[in-house]
Amino acid sequence: MRRYALRQFVQLLVVIVGISMLAFAILHVIGDPVLLLLPQNAGKEEYERYHKLLGLDKPLYVQYWKFASRAVQGDFGKSWYTNTPAFKLVTERMPPTLYLTSAGMVMALLISLPLGILAGLRRHSLIDNLCTMGAVAGQAMPIFWLGIMLIIIFAVRLKMLPASGYGTWEHFIMPAFTLGAFLAPITMRLVRSGVIEVMNMEYIKTARAKGVAEWRVVAKHAFRNACIPVITVLGLQFGQLLGGAIVTETVFAWPGVATLTVDSIRNQDFPVVQGAVVLLALIIVAINFVVDLLVGFIDPRIRVGA
Amino acid sequence: MSAVRAGDVALEHGGALPGQADEGGRSLRRLWRLKWGLVAAAIMLVIVVSAVAAPWLAPYSPVEVDIQHRLGPPAWMDGGKREHVLGTDQIGRDLFSRMIYGGRVSLLIGVAAVLVSSTIGVLLGLGAGYFGSRTDWIIMTLVNVMLTFPFVLLALAVIAVLGPSLVNMIIVLGVADWPLYARVIRAETMAIRERDFITAGRALGMSHVRIIFRQILPNLVSVIVVIATLQVARVIILESFLSFLGLGVQPPTPAWGNMLGEGRVYMLNSWWIAAFPGAAIFITTLAINLMGNALRDWLDPHMKL
Repeated sequence: MRRYALRQFVQLLVVIVGISMLAFAILHVIGDPVLLLLPQNAGKEEYERYHKLLGLDKPLYVQYWKFASRAVQGDFGKSWYTNTPAFKLVTERMPPTLYLTSAGMVMALLISLPLGILAGLRRHSLIDNLCTMGAVAGQAMPIFWLGIMLIIIFAVRLKMLPASGYGTWEHFIMPAFTLGAFLAPITMRLVRSGVIEVMNMEYIKTARAKGVAEWRVVAKHAFRNACIPVITVLGLQFGQLLGGAIVTETVFAWPGVATLTVDSIRNQDFPVVQGAVVLLALIIVAINFVVDLLVGFIDPRIRVGA
Repeated sequence: MSAVRAGDVALEHGGALPGQADEGGRSLRRLWRLKWGLVAAAIMLVIVVSAVAAPWLAPYSPVEVDIQHRLGPPAWMDGGKREHVLGTDQIGRDLFSRMIYGGRVSLLIGVAAVLVSSTIGVLLGLGAGYFGSRTDWIIMTLVNVMLTFPFVLLALAVIAVLGPSLVNMIIVLGVADWPLYARVIRAETMAIRERDFITAGRALGMSHVRIIFRQILPNLVSVIVVIATLQVARVIILESFLSFLGLGVQPPTPAWGNMLGEGRVYMLNSWWIAAFPGAAIFITTLAINLMGNALRDWLDPHMKL
């Protein structure tokens, strides 16, 4: 186990370095920060002056080292737009994003667990076929459109829920459902195939032969074992979920990191963009790492295999 | 062994054979899926043809402004006009014509980006799987880094720096989307590498390049076709989202995404401006996904995707 953890940790470090390079490259290799920073009518001298001021005349590896050693301390420079530390802006907007992500996860489980179990137990029944159809449709659904349709129906027409914003529990319903609908199809399929696989196992037959009540067989023996692959994949899907949260936030004007990032992109405020990208990627990496360890802990075969 | 044969037996007995009923169900399901795949292919054909033939099919120019008839509702609603079947947008452009034209950009970007990403992903996947050891490690670390980044965020950030032109969109979406191919192709390549005909090829003195492209790649064509089909849908959704945010295809060029983004402002009174372009995206991606699933079942029902 220790060797497995160590190997995963080394990989974690490599990935983190990779992320920092990518974030650095977005601004410094693909684009020219001076051109982005200066007004369009600025002269050549002014350009040169800023070029030096930002240290862009130095070789790339020097620039990267400067960027990385500051980033480690949570210093991504000041926002070009508001002149406050970029990283502080990002961390301030983190809680709403995390709340939305958790609410979306809960919503996805509320939809997918009962349906997935039912579909798995009653295989090829009407319910199963309906669920499969729903999942196929759900996977094709552009969730920004789903969100807008929800707003049109429930906020504009029926006036039941607030169209956008943040604060009360009512503000959570539509965004959480939108994000949940994004994650639910794949989760449901996993639960379904997990249940089908487990129900064919010998220990289920044993439990039944012992005379255990059917609901107990499902709830205790089958469900628990079907959970393992679901947890693994859900953990590894966290990046997808955050991607979905980005889309959801922009539709519902949710004051999280994603709206901040999109606004910053519009304002060409790149220190904030870099800070947000790095922080989000780090969160995903950290969660993947924990999930990997947990899975290795639960299932020894993985430790050897990976 | 043969799932299809077992299924036939079960079918003859009305699916009542214990233990085999399941297999019968599975092949019935396959048939059902293929049927849906054909329906989806027909829908896609209509979408593609109307996008290609847009200048001849669209009743109006997609950029023709008519302020007098702005925000006109669809024909079947009160105040709707028969000339504008799906109504008009905020500056009086015919929504139906814009929808037809809008498909052009989405399909073009979707297909082009998938060509870019599948080329990169397949080449790197083949390299990683065939050569193993250090090559494998480097490529897979790159894959892990890319997969860790939320796809949306990466595309957003790069487009913001590069600027949103058609070519930039194709490059960014193509480059952001390759890791999936690399992962699947690597695993498949590793499995094939161990087979006897590869050893035979080596013994005959074939070069690595020849083995990879002549002996391994042909075996992977069906996997690549299936992933690529499914990925077109994903790229179209992402392109629409970027355009929806105003960071993708720029107005006045009609694209489903930017139409949805523009229509969002007017959703209080004129829901159709946002609703129809979004529905077009949904129907297109749904049709592509159904086609991809059917294609997978048809080419190789045991494919793990």
